[in-house]
Amino acid sequence: MTTMHSWLIDDSPASRLQARLGRLYRICGALSRNPLAAVGAIIILLLILTAIFAPLIATHDPLKQDLAQRLLPPGSIYWMGTDELGRDIWSRVVYGARITLVIVVLVAVLAAPAGLIIGAISGYFGGWIDRVLMGVTDIFLSMPKLILALALVAALGPGIENAIIAIAITSWPGYARIARAETLTFKNAEFIAAIRLQGASSLRVILGHVLPLCTSSMIVRVTLDMAGIILTAAGLGFIGLGAQPPLPEWGAMIARGRSFILDQWWVATMPGFAIIIVSLGFCFLGDGLRDVLDPKSGEQH
Amino acid sequence: MAQNGGRLRLLAFESETVADIAAKPARRPGFHRSRGARLLVGLAGFIVSVLITFLGLLAITFFIGRLVPIDPVLAVVGDRAPRAVYEAARLQMGLDQPVPIQFIRYVASVLSGDLGTSVSTGKLVLDDLKRVFPATLEMATLGIIIGVLLGVPMGVYAASRRGSLVDQIIRVIGLLGYAVPAFWLGLVGLAVFYARLKWVAGPGRLDIFYDGLIDPVTGIVLIDSLLAGETDIFFNALWHLALPASVLGFFSLAYIARMTRSFMLDQLSQEYVTTARVKGVSERLVIWRHAFRPILVPLITVIGLSYAGLLEGSVMIETIFSWPGIGNYLTVALLNADMSAVLGATLVIGAVFIGINKISDVLYRVLDPRAR
Repeated sequence: MTTMHSWLIDDSPASRLQARLGRLYRICGALSRNPLAAVGAIIILLLILTAIFAPLIATHDPLKQDLAQRLLPPGSIYWMGTDELGRDIWSRVVYGARITLVIVVLVAVLAAPAGLIIGAISGYFGGWIDRVLMGVTDIFLSMPKLILALALVAALGPGIENAIIAIAITSWPGYARIARAETLTFKNAEFIAAIRLQGASSLRVILGHVLPLCTSSMIVRVTLDMAGIILTAAGLGFIGLGAQPPLPEWGAMIARGRSFILDQWWVATMPGFAIIIVSLGFCFLGDGLRDVLDPKSGEQH
Repeated sequence: MAQNGGRLRLLAFESETVADIAAKPARRPGFHRSRGARLLVGLAGFIVSVLITFLGLLAITFFIGRLVPIDPVLAVVGDRAPRAVYEAARLQMGLDQPVPIQFIRYVASVLSGDLGTSVSTGKLVLDDLKRVFPATLEMATLGIIIGVLLGVPMGVYAASRRGSLVDQIIRVIGLLGYAVPAFWLGLVGLAVFYARLKWVAGPGRLDIFYDGLIDPVTGIVLIDSLLAGETDIFFNALWHLALPASVLGFFSLAYIARMTRSFMLDQLSQEYVTTARVKGVSERLVIWRHAFRPILVPLITVIGLSYAGLLEGSVMIETIFSWPGIGNYLTVALLNADMSAVLGATLVIGAVFIGINKISDVLYRVLDPRAR
């Protein structure tokens, strides 16, 4: 154990693997010393595990209707009660974790690389390319995100795929800004000049040397954005433009519980708690990651 | 400027707009120009940037309008129209023209106030929007008042008692503002404060027997009722507004408290604060006179952003409170695939959003002596 520890925190790692594992080890160590970040990490881990093992965790079939058991309050059989079609809310919340995870992962996969590449190109080349790309980015940044996503989904048609596309379209500009700012800080650094002198193409410099240096601030930003993405997706689902029935999407579940809020409060309330816990988890983790990965920009206090 | 802008950028992780506004370097067009000329250049640049942003908004709504898989001509003439009628309508709508020409026509028609006709209400979208907008404005304005009145003192207090239990609670409230869905909070609020506790009135702007009693002058019931001298209606309207405005106010206060706390912590760690303390200035004066004053300028930007955000956030909660505002209008239009109404509402909300942001940008530059 001690040799493992000293190998990991070695100041002069002998291999890339050792350096990377060492960095990961230090990040994990720093995170575990920050209680909120640790709570956030645990919540996200639980979300992932719930999504993977949903069939084992759910007590009922999330889609199976049983009208004899409709609108039952939370109890020992139905932990979170049942909805207006007699479906078990707990099982639906559990399966909803899958949908939420798919949405945030896909949005991150679509928006972060797009923003990263646009920002890096903009910062690296400068000049007119920079002005045009950042002009477009600024226009998107000054739009109200939620309204833009709503209008996009209205045009593309309701559905979870279109909701993901719409949210991704509204979230890339923030990443482009960060990537550009990061790129500018080391664009004129000597190591970039050295690579270029070796004859590396712009593409190679950007992909191989500029982008990797942007990743840590990008990870922080994406994690912090996750809560907003979850809320937007839930909002689209709530309005009826996101995931369509009978998918157990949390926002859509709240919408269905709307008519019963005064008497059968659990139908709308339970999925809301799931949204809050997961969003808070991402906020906590993001705050903690920022302090660890990007100590300069965190709240030093 | 640089230092303060830096702080803003670092702390405002959620809102790049704050950072962008603040981090924009003040224009420095050489020393030989007079102050007046510099102001003019700055003003011209600012107006150009505002115009470009608005044009961008128009471009986005134009392209969203073209994304719709439904043939706009069919939507007008119906799918049983003869070929000749279809072609005539197509020509009349200018759809035979190249896209740039169509865009210019679109911009021209929007500028002349033509946003099309809503399919669901059968009226001009512009008239519909004029009717519904005051309701949203009323709710969001009350929300931001609640947010500022509670959020700023909370942030200052949290910063002055750093690490205390109250500080931790305020921090968690700040994060909850990013984690709680507004529509959910509205529903839970209705269940608790309306159905159980009966502290507030239910959905709608007024009780049914007050409806239509006062003439809409401004469209803002609180003002109209006072103009008409009907205090009963005023208090009824306030009673109805209390819950939706508080829900919006919560999100605003969470954000404002979080930002105020960060700004204050930054100021309190400065050396001049230590100097003041060493001189024996009381803690209260240190906080309010020394540390609080410099953060007023960045706070204006934060409040502006929050206000713009509330206009957007009202879209989510208006349906819950049956609030006859722009959010409700937009939601109904969305569900009916009423694209003229959707794009019109998007345009108006977007324009107001951009407008508020630009105004707070101007205020920041005017008020901050370093940015002048």
